Amino acid sequence: MLTLVTGVVYPLVVTGIAQGLFPGKANGSEIKADGRVVGSSLIGQQGYSLDYFQPRPANGLGENSVNTQYKLILSGATNLSADNQRLVKSVEEAKAKVVKDNSTPGHEVKPSQVPPDAVTSSGSGLDPDISPAYADLQVHRVAERNGLTVAQVQKLVDDHTEGRTLGFIGEPRVNVLELNIALKDLVAKG
Amino acid sequence: MSPVLAGVLQLLALIAALALVYVPAGTYMARVYSSKKHLRIEKWVYKGIGANPDTEMTWSAYLRGVLAFSAVGVLFLYLLMRLQGVLPGSLGFSSVNPAQSFNTAVSFVTNTNWQSYYGEQTMGHVVQTAGLAVQNFVSAAVGMAVAVALVRGFARSRTGELGNFWSDLVRGTLRILLPAAAIAAIVLVACGVIQNFSGIHEVGQFMGGSQQWNGGAVASQEAIKEVGTNGGGYFNANSAHPFENPTPFTNLFEIFLILVIPFSLTRTFGVMVGSVKQGYAILATMFTIWLGFVALMMWTEFAHHGPALQAAGGAYEGKEVRFGVGASSIFAVSTTLTSTGAVDSFHSSFTGLGGGITMLGMMLGEIAPGGVGSGLYGMLIMAVIAVFIAGLMVGRTPEYLGKKIGTREIKLAACYILITPALVLVFTAVSMALPTPPHSMLNSGAHGFSEVLYAFTSASNNNGSAFAGLNANTDWFNTMTGLAMLLGRFLPMVFVLALAGSLAEQKPVPVTAGTLRTEKPLFTGLLVGAILIITGLTYFPALALGPLAEGLA
Repeated sequence: MLTLVTGVVYPLVVTGIAQGLFPGKANGSEIKADGRVVGSSLIGQQGYSLDYFQPRPANGLGENSVNTQYKLILSGATNLSADNQRLVKSVEEAKAKVVKDNSTPGHEVKPSQVPPDAVTSSGSGLDPDISPAYADLQVHRVAERNGLTVAQVQKLVDDHTEGRTLGFIGEPRVNVLELNIALKDLVAKG
Repeated sequence: MSPVLAGVLQLLALIAALALVYVPAGTYMARVYSSKKHLRIEKWVYKGIGANPDTEMTWSAYLRGVLAFSAVGVLFLYLLMRLQGVLPGSLGFSSVNPAQSFNTAVSFVTNTNWQSYYGEQTMGHVVQTAGLAVQNFVSAAVGMAVAVALVRGFARSRTGELGNFWSDLVRGTLRILLPAAAIAAIVLVACGVIQNFSGIHEVGQFMGGSQQWNGGAVASQEAIKEVGTNGGGYFNANSAHPFENPTPFTNLFEIFLILVIPFSLTRTFGVMVGSVKQGYAILATMFTIWLGFVALMMWTEFAHHGPALQAAGGAYEGKEVRFGVGASSIFAVSTTLTSTGAVDSFHSSFTGLGGGITMLGMMLGEIAPGGVGSGLYGMLIMAVIAVFIAGLMVGRTPEYLGKKIGTREIKLAACYILITPALVLVFTAVSMALPTPPHSMLNSGAHGFSEVLYAFTSASNNNGSAFAGLNANTDWFNTMTGLAMLLGRFLPMVFVLALAGSLAEQKPVPVTAGTLRTEKPLFTGLLVGAILIITGLTYFPALALGPLAEGLA
């Protein structure tokens, strides 16, 4: 009886209300660009070319090992401890790469400028955001590779920087997918 | 604004919100459990299960109800997972193997929600909503029922009667958890948590190609997962997954949901024993420990000691940008000081001391404020121990709430506090001594030991969070953590209910000048001290080998 109420009626009623009031959100906050779905604003993606803003590392993501008729992404963290040498090495390598990728002629990035989120994997492996500091760090590279001015790209980042909710909840962040969609638009407009 | 200040402000906002609902929620719950009237839907349920909700039960009858109901729950959930391969609405997922089915069934029925499986690749819609989510409700309602029975033991005298288990179970589910979860679920969807039955579908990617994603009734499950201090995530990443916890606001909201019933139940307790001040004393004890732990956690996480975190320049490994270090610290403490075990950041990658704080939180017995129901009865047992210790100091017969704490009572309370440490330490020691179980460790050295210690601490205390590097999906860990969860849930309940029965039979002793005033701050201080000392003495050697060794290296 309780299974019926809490296991059937409750989820169905909530689904009904959710689909009625917030269909976009209830179905995963998908974003379209150029007439096709390019992902969810909530789910971080990997594999952006260096022309675009880079997301956080996601070394904890896995692939499904059962029910292999599907190709599912398994969310997850690395779970490596703070004193694990593998983690130390991956952080150092990531930092060196961020420094190298983002140093452009006339603009040298120092290792001390690299924020922690740029070199660590998130809890879900699907973090859609980067810190404003990491976005700022990438501005010179992105501008150079896309033939835009630094000011244009910096403005784009500033426009896509979301502050703390109500000024104090959470941390400021930049949504990588939304930022890259806007970047692509800007490049297309020339 | 600095991240530290933002963290503190979030903490204050959370406290304000909890304070705001404390009186109405606590009083409402007291009314639910005291009311004589039955709702129509409840009458249907009673008719369906053939129970008379108006018969009063002795402690042993009450216990039989708890055990019978839970046994049926384990069996049903086990069969559901074993048969998943042939059930419709299961996305074509295959059946779950016996060891993992046993582990998961026990895990959800005991309010632990330890997960040795990956949600997104293992459980279809039917198991998630009709199996796991249902136990999220009823396992929480069972915890509250047992707590209420103990409170009645204090409140009643010269009777063996503790109320009716079926009525407490059904009311807790339908009048408290269901409305709370429904409202919470809608709020979560409005913020971006998904709620659909679209199954697995292709979603395009920015750079081309596509990804496969599960849909699911996530919001409805997420809501009860937090409200019922369950903690079992729809997805592997739990509340770090953006579909479970999309924004900084939902994060704070989920912490609120975790804490609201456990804290408010102290009000319910106060109302039911006829002195809300007694409730405040218990609340103050819970709150002091919780706040102290949050402060310690924020300190160590912002300080980010540990070679990898120092190299990165901040404790961001396993944490999401949108939550940051401050809110992740509050979440981590709240989930391990209750029996929740949901995570918005991964404890294994916390600083050594931070990981130790999460473990110590569980080792306290999850009583500050603890799981729904289990936190209150655990704390009341500690209060019994504390008045006993105080009584020894001054040479008076200890009493609490007008009831004498005699030999029988103190024996039962002592048995209660010995069970979980025994389970944790024995299972951990055996796992470390055997040749194969340590192969499951991801990290080596002190942290590897911590992974195993964490696993059994979490299972025995019915928490469910993990140092998730440990590969717990082996026959050994599935079976042993399963046993730890079963024994860690139901043995303490036996002693709680026996104690309740014994208290209810007594006639109250009048308050005199020599009575220890348990509603005063002095008693709160004594209680906090007793809890920390007892836990410290029990677990210090184990903690020294694991998190302390790592954190102080």
